Amino acid sequence: MKKILVSGKVEGIVLKSENPINFLGTVDKKTGIISDRNHNLFEKPVKGKILVFPSGVGSSVGAYTIYSIKSNNAAPLAMICQKADLTVATGCALANIPLITISDEEFSSIKNGMKLSFDTDSSNQIHYQ
Amino acid sequence: MELTREEESALKGEQGEIMQMAYRILVATGEATDAEKLVPIEWAHLSGVNYNTIGDAGEEFLSGISKNARVKVKTTLNPMGFDIDNVSNYGLNENFISKQLSIRNSYETMGVIPSFSCIPYEIYDIPKNGTQVAFAESNAAIHANSFDHLKTNKESAFSALASAIIGKSPYSSLRKEDNPNITIRMKVKNPNELTYGMLGFFAGKIGDTSVNISGLGEMDKRQNKAMCGGMGTSGTCAKFIFGEGDSDCEKIDFDEKEMQNVHDELNTDEKGDLITLGSPQLGLDEISDLVGKLKGRSFQKRCMIFLPRTVKEQARKIGYTNELERAGCEILSDCCTCLSPLISKDNVDAVTTNSIKGAFYLKNSNGVGVNLKSLSQIVEDETR
Repeated sequence: MKKILVSGKVEGIVLKSENPINFLGTVDKKTGIISDRNHNLFEKPVKGKILVFPSGVGSSVGAYTIYSIKSNNAAPLAMICQKADLTVATGCALANIPLITISDEEFSSIKNGMKLSFDTDSSNQIHYQ
Repeated sequence: MELTREEESALKGEQGEIMQMAYRILVATGEATDAEKLVPIEWAHLSGVNYNTIGDAGEEFLSGISKNARVKVKTTLNPMGFDIDNVSNYGLNENFISKQLSIRNSYETMGVIPSFSCIPYEIYDIPKNGTQVAFAESNAAIHANSFDHLKTNKESAFSALASAIIGKSPYSSLRKEDNPNITIRMKVKNPNELTYGMLGFFAGKIGDTSVNISGLGEMDKRQNKAMCGGMGTSGTCAKFIFGEGDSDCEKIDFDEKEMQNVHDELNTDEKGDLITLGSPQLGLDEISDLVGKLKGRSFQKRCMIFLPRTVKEQARKIGYTNELERAGCEILSDCCTCLSPLISKDNVDAVTTNSIKGAFYLKNSNGVGVNLKSLSQIVEDETR
């Protein structure tokens, strides 16, 4: 991992998006389901997954959406991005969802449905299973 | 980012959940922006007040944290959605009003000064040169950096709130240094505030975090504000540095053609059904100037004037508000043109304004048409 934005320990299944995510417009705040027809995760719930995507885009108010999906028990276990953006960073900080960034190579090696784990307190490694 | 032992302990939760969350926000923001440490700030100015922008999620969040969160430094607040003194004239629904009042109550409970203004630099004393502040309102951050010799990044609603609670901000970007690689050369002759607004909008689009700017003559407060408002609307850039810059800076001209491009992007209509003045809100100088321009004249259509409550109070004492009301103006404090729920496409097709910032949000958020005119032109065309 490159940066630890919100620390934490997590183990789970990857839900990977090749598209950036606009939390304000694209994610249903009650269900955590991607509601944008043009998004490659359309109709997929982010709940309970390790959400891997390039970066967040769009209004900073999207941080409240991340907080809402957490309050509604529909949030991902963790998020992994290629690039840190302030909306996702503050949203994950508000909601206490672990958030790290990774290199482009690592990003391309992570596949949808893969199982992985990391613990930011013990090491900077992501473990793949 | 390096944290002190005390900061580490707060991040672990040893000073309570609120402090832990506030530190999480600053650490996440700091890591995202490559900050090396946290530095003390003396003043925070928060955005995320208007129920129109933060919605139920924001209202619930603020209500929740206000039970325990208290701000540690002087903290002022952006405009909300209406002026409680005359909200009944605008047909806003009960839900909006009660949610907005809940938001106001949450901020006041946290110890925030209920200034409801986007021009804190005009209604409060400015701290000494070089003071670190945390301003989330874009025009205010740009004004603070460019004209008031303060230091702030263009904060988010969350980083400014966390900074207010902790009294510190991540030391990165404009707090540390500015080395713009672009110089914008102002080439438009006889500029008015609308021209400066368009210049700011242009600069915000091409600048990264700061730009050099040259060719400016004497500017008044209205023009300064217009330039900051324009820049804050179009990008992430948060500082004008006055001068030519280094020889290796890329030089870009703001000429009649570039100005026309901005105008064409934001101006959609040849006339408006309604006039709005104040985005950013008007200060006392602008009110005084407007009263002078309106001597004996009256608006021939609705004209909404947005100003901070403190300015309205001063204007009332001097007799300006009487004059404005005589001329047919609707005077609104605590709110702003920008993201106002009081202007709806259900009953307004287009709005006339001299504000680039106002134009952008009227067009994109309220979904109404925009007719751009300078204040002098508005007075000439729309009053008798």
